[in-house]
Amino acid sequence: MASQCLVASFADPDSLLAAVTAIRARGIKVYDVYAPFPVHGLDQAMGLRPSRLGFVSLAAGTLGLLAALAFQFYANVFDWSMNVGGKPDNSTLAFVPITFEITILAAGLATAFAFFLRAGLFPGASAALAAPGVTDDRFAIVLRWKSTGLEATEAHLILRERGAIDVRHVAIGAER
Amino acid sequence: MTPGVAAPLQAVRGGARGSVLIDQPTRLRRITDDVARPLETRPGGAWCACFGVAFAALSLGIGCVAYEIATGIGTWGLNKTVGWAFDITNFVFWVGIGHAGTLISAILLLFRQRWRTSINRAAEAMTIFAVVCAAMFPLIHMGRPWLAFWVLPYPNSRGPLWVNFRSPLLWDVFAINTYLTISLVFWYVGMIPDFATLRDRTAAGARKTIYGLLSLGWNGSHRTWSRYETLCTLLAGLATPLVVSVHTIVSMDFATSILPGWHTTLFPPYFVAGAVYSGFGMVTTLLIVTRTVMHLEAYITERHLDAMAKVMLLTGSMVGFSYGTELFAAWYGGNQYEWAVMFGRAVGPYAWAFWTMVACNVAAPQLLWSRRVRASVPALFVLSLLVNIGMWFERFVIIVTSLHRSYLPSTWVIYRPTFIEIGTLIGSFGLFFTCFLLFIQCLPMIAIWEIKGDAAIGPSTALRAGPSTELKAGPSTEFRAGPSTGLRAGGGEAAHG
Repeated sequence: MASQCLVASFADPDSLLAAVTAIRARGIKVYDVYAPFPVHGLDQAMGLRPSRLGFVSLAAGTLGLLAALAFQFYANVFDWSMNVGGKPDNSTLAFVPITFEITILAAGLATAFAFFLRAGLFPGASAALAAPGVTDDRFAIVLRWKSTGLEATEAHLILRERGAIDVRHVAIGAER
Repeated sequence: MTPGVAAPLQAVRGGARGSVLIDQPTRLRRITDDVARPLETRPGGAWCACFGVAFAALSLGIGCVAYEIATGIGTWGLNKTVGWAFDITNFVFWVGIGHAGTLISAILLLFRQRWRTSINRAAEAMTIFAVVCAAMFPLIHMGRPWLAFWVLPYPNSRGPLWVNFRSPLLWDVFAINTYLTISLVFWYVGMIPDFATLRDRTAAGARKTIYGLLSLGWNGSHRTWSRYETLCTLLAGLATPLVVSVHTIVSMDFATSILPGWHTTLFPPYFVAGAVYSGFGMVTTLLIVTRTVMHLEAYITERHLDAMAKVMLLTGSMVGFSYGTELFAAWYGGNQYEWAVMFGRAVGPYAWAFWTMVACNVAAPQLLWSRRVRASVPALFVLSLLVNIGMWFERFVIIVTSLHRSYLPSTWVIYRPTFIEIGTLIGSFGLFFTCFLLFIQCLPMIAIWEIKGDAAIGPSTALRAGPSTELKAGPSTEFRAGPSTGLRAGGGEAAHG
């Protein structure tokens, strides 16, 4: 699908933040912002929802907890009960440390994998940069339309006004 | 736009805002340059010398372990009475070392201690290498390490006969493996943006391909950054109770037994405090060496060392307090066996080890109350080494003095390590330092993106506050005083040049 992009480069995070706020104040959608570090205040400026990764942690942790408890119970009580020092087969308290470790392990790994999946990060993924230097010392705003219109011209002006050092039109959406 | 054009432009814009010192792009690029320099240049003489020593130690260790595996653990000085000695001492010592890394990377992240930024990557790396060193000891203690997989609960042809889930030794297996895995994930996730930075500044070739694969296609998208920060917070939140659980479980290896000297409820908090104490000792040792060898004094500043010294003072005092509590409980509890072990530690054949421990762990860190001592790099270096020595002896004292005189006097023995055991200990230090030296030469040892994030907030605040606040401020204002000062000056020169 052919689309039209406007890529504006900035040299410092303050002008970037101001530009994002101004662009959104005009009702223009921001496709994405690129920066060498997480710029504080950009979440609010871009209107991003809080990440739902926490739910993944909770779900995976709960699953890990139940699986570890159930497995230890199954192995020690049902499958092959062992008399160790006369302790009861179901020594639930003694199962707590391993259950805890598996909970943490499941939650940590699942959260990391969910992040990779959601962010589209995998070995060999293409890393076409929106503008040169966005992983070093540059910041970029990318706006995207299905067809060009008056909006693009207006956005161009706003971006320039807010201190963009370079604004380019790009024909295809190769930024992501 | 080329940097040559951008820099003067920025200087002009900065000037309009009232200060030519705020030179963002040059400053940010300078951080990348500083951190990437070791990766892009040949190692210096100091690095090579350190690596030579570390690798020689590692080779000795490999030789000793190979001999031990080929011959059997009869090559160690263990006997029927003292069944654990050097190996488990080393295991507990190395696990403890790892704890400071997680404390710095996870707990200080949750507490938003910004001074951690420039040391957290190295501390996390230290955690991983320390846990690898630790894991080696139970493995070789098995005698037949190729059967190590027997400790995992997998369906087998022996019943299936499951592992004993009530045993603290099995809890250890799960704790150490979880700790290693989560630490690795945390460490790698932290490096992804830096791999992207390195990928984009490296000319095409093998290195660019490797960085490209490792960076997983990271492109600096803020939508990703936003999730990334959530991920880091979640991992930190998970790692924090994990690190406490790991040494708690290690302490249960001892505390759940009925042996006088081990059987005490004090062990979990006492071990965790000791672990953090020894870990901070090792972080201090490593960072003092690193900042000198790699010329990173602008990033690992004296304020970092000061903050770490304070943590050592706090945890060292907790350890000292635990020693006192242990002695008091042994006396007040009125159990003659418990008291015999405690008394034996102080005056028995291993009294020299006990008093070395007390001198290094209780007396030496008290010097850190003095600001002058905390400000002196050589003094801190010596103290950090003493902490390491003291904490190694603590584990030796706990393990060997509790075992060597059991209930039955006819079983009493004196344990002496053999050459193989000492060689293996030296080898573990070799492994640790070889890994660490390779790390500082091959991977970005300072978190580039985190430093940039701090530098972006830092200088403007520092400029507003002025120098008077800096003098009063504690370690949390680190970055304003640290690299940014040097970078601002450097950036200014570049802008005019």
